[in-house]
Amino acid sequence: MPKLSLSHLEAAILFALFTSVVLGVVTKKTDKERMAYGLRSFGYFVGVLFGLAWLMYLGHG
Amino acid sequence: MAETKEQAPKQKQPSAPLSKWLPVVLVAWLVPGGGHFYLKRSGRGILLAVSITIMFLLGIMMRGAMFEPMRGDLLTTIIYYGGFLADLASGLLYLLTVWLGYSQPEVAGHVHDYGTKFLVAAGLMNVLAMVDAFEIVSGRKS
Repeated sequence: MPKLSLSHLEAAILFALFTSVVLGVVTKKTDKERMAYGLRSFGYFVGVLFGLAWLMYLGHG
Repeated sequence: MAETKEQAPKQKQPSAPLSKWLPVVLVAWLVPGGGHFYLKRSGRGILLAVSITIMFLLGIMMRGAMFEPMRGDLLTTIIYYGGFLADLASGLLYLLTVWLGYSQPEVAGHVHDYGTKFLVAAGLMNVLAMVDAFEIVSGRKS
């Protein structure tokens, strides 16, 4: 199995992507709701990711 | 005239018989998305199978560590037993990986760390898929 080296951002975005797909599939009842929930979940993941990243950056001074 | 409304007690849904849901949950555990394929929900099955399998493979490719049950103080016990159960929840992916001799010691570095989290998260996502398959087979969901 090849070794993979990803940056923090790449790894976190991949994590958000696959987790959002699963959450969308299992949470809602219609395909439209699933799609909307998956996209919203991905958006929240990425939003929190950037928010925390800036918080840590600014916190370090 | 005051009208009193009597609320009907909530009817408890009868649970599906064990012989009906057990094979579905077992297949869903062994093969990510397998429960949905078994129940002829192929579209959702494909999405679950692809997402969980890729997540697990990315974890292996990042050389994440597999948890082994270990006792210690409370936090250590919870983390290691919890991590082990989450890894195990990936079903055949986990079993094959261990049987084929994958053994990655815990080493410092963000890539390894992400790998470990990907492996655990893949198992936890499979638990969600198992619960979803159970809800479908017991008629709570379509």
